[in-house]
Amino acid sequence: MPHPIQLGGIDYAILLLYFLFVLGIGWALKRHMKSSADFFLSGRSIPAWITGLAFLSANLGAQEVIGMGASGAQYGIITSHFYWIGAVPAMVFLGIFMMPFYYGSKARSVPEYLKLRFDEKTRGLNAISFAVMTLFSSGISLYALALLLQTLLGWNFTFSIWISATIVLAYICLGGLTSAIYNEVLQFFMIVFGFAPLAWLGLRDAGGWSGLKVRLVGVATSHHFAPGTWTESWRHMGSASANPLGVEWFGLVMGLGFVLSFGYWCTDFLVVQRAMAANSMSAARRTPIIAAFPKMLFPFIVILPGMIAVGLMQDHHGGFTLPAMADGSPNYNLVMPMMLGHYLPSGLLGLGFTALMASFMSGMAGNVTAFNTVWTYDIYQSYVAPAKSDAHYLLVGRLATVFGVVLSVGVAYLATQFGNIMNLLQLVFAFVNAPLFATFLLGMFWRRANGHGAFFGLLLGTIAAAVHHGLTLPAGEAAGPMKGGWLGCVVHTYPSAMAQNFWTALFAWTTCMAVTIAVSLATAQNKSDDELRGLVYSLTAKPAAANEPWYQKPITLGVVVLAATLALNLIFA
Amino acid sequence: MNFDLRLPLGMLFSLFGAILVVYGLVSDPAIYVRSLGFNVNLDWGLVLLAFGLVMLWLALKARRNRP
Repeated sequence: MPHPIQLGGIDYAILLLYFLFVLGIGWALKRHMKSSADFFLSGRSIPAWITGLAFLSANLGAQEVIGMGASGAQYGIITSHFYWIGAVPAMVFLGIFMMPFYYGSKARSVPEYLKLRFDEKTRGLNAISFAVMTLFSSGISLYALALLLQTLLGWNFTFSIWISATIVLAYICLGGLTSAIYNEVLQFFMIVFGFAPLAWLGLRDAGGWSGLKVRLVGVATSHHFAPGTWTESWRHMGSASANPLGVEWFGLVMGLGFVLSFGYWCTDFLVVQRAMAANSMSAARRTPIIAAFPKMLFPFIVILPGMIAVGLMQDHHGGFTLPAMADGSPNYNLVMPMMLGHYLPSGLLGLGFTALMASFMSGMAGNVTAFNTVWTYDIYQSYVAPAKSDAHYLLVGRLATVFGVVLSVGVAYLATQFGNIMNLLQLVFAFVNAPLFATFLLGMFWRRANGHGAFFGLLLGTIAAAVHHGLTLPAGEAAGPMKGGWLGCVVHTYPSAMAQNFWTALFAWTTCMAVTIAVSLATAQNKSDDELRGLVYSLTAKPAAANEPWYQKPITLGVVVLAATLALNLIFA
Repeated sequence: MNFDLRLPLGMLFSLFGAILVVYGLVSDPAIYVRSLGFNVNLDWGLVLLAFGLVMLWLALKARRNRP
């Protein structure tokens, strides 16, 4: 069987050159890795533009490029809500309001902040669930990459897994977090330069934005929606039945825009770690805001090609088809790589494919660097072997990297056997993450919140998410551990799985908020005001108006990016 | 840390740009049918080359200014 995409010699040359560079950077950084702080925190020495791009790139893994292209095809421009509502506001909030406490507290990780602010059991709960979660994400990233290479290029699955894992292992072991961050910046430019020509050629082929709009009318009406549904992001959000997401504006703004988005961007150590590596408080605060600028524009290179692809498929004479899945429906997850093959000639195709592979690998590297830090500082140093020398922890960090990569490979193979169990685990992790933002919000802005409150809030928030999932179902689905309704009775049916997911998060967050407040008020504060200084808003001196020029102030940058995002929402409403 | 990321960035993209420009000049024009007739290797290669050279120039300027 011929494989859908053929790479030529020039494409392989580009691929090879890129990975030689990646390893070369790790090698060049090796002599800088003298202490555990260098390895895990990059010695807090990196300028803001680099941490900013890495902050964005760490999240720019497989799910972003592959998943957003697929969603662009399936849902149209409504997918942009994942950026303009579901990311940019939270990133600005993190930079302006939360970063002072993360960076200022001198905590080395998010779980460590929880220990300083609350207590040991809250940190333990978060550290362990986070460590397990990162390993699974890293393994699933690896699995997806190998599957893609196998499907599109005919590469051997085992070879793909081991070669990718080895490259990631090599550059993290050599250069630690700095190496991961620098490679994330390289990868950011690879994605932009590899995918921008695709969006440009596709849009030209479709006859510009107005031509694309006309083409997508047919797609919308064939799914029984109003003609403009694929090209207007807000006009069809009035009711859940009027758009393909199956969500109305309230569920979207509160579920995605508030709970899920703030929960991810503001508390996930994977991204927060990048900002913590910045060289000053001001640079740390600017990190997520600098990242928000390209984030705001990413829909144009990752969602647009998916929309163009579905327009081409509607036409039939565009000559573009997607490989079918087992049940005969088109495999939307292959939209981005198939579009690369459709428009890019040998040469640029190599660049685009390298960008795609790089995004999988940096997604994996991001998880591995977050894992080795949390494992070494929050689990090993806290519970297994406290009070050892710094050189000892540096060694443990390197070993944890090897261990993390090997476990990821194991997870990747597990995924080939139990695809559904993997999805189930990811669902369970969503239950763990959803309430976390309530804990941080109370922890940073309400001094009375205490350890017992935080711990039981998190625990019951997670249980609330599971119970909500067990009692509800998306329309048209049978009850089961994946879809929901597994508690025996279904009290509510949502129009789509997306809607169910948003409301699960909302329930989890609200429960965590209420329980944390109630338990905190019922029990005594376990930390003195002195211990909480620098960790809670009301007890912390405002960040001194640093001597940065006005255009470098986090607040100025934040307002600018929010205004620009608002404008994009209005233009594409 | 004494390591300017603009240097490897500049090197990588100048190299990529140069490779694509050369390939764009020598490759068979027939392969550009799929890119709507544009020699995208040549055009985009020039963009990459320009980006790479600007990065290199910034990195070298910073290095020269350091005492």
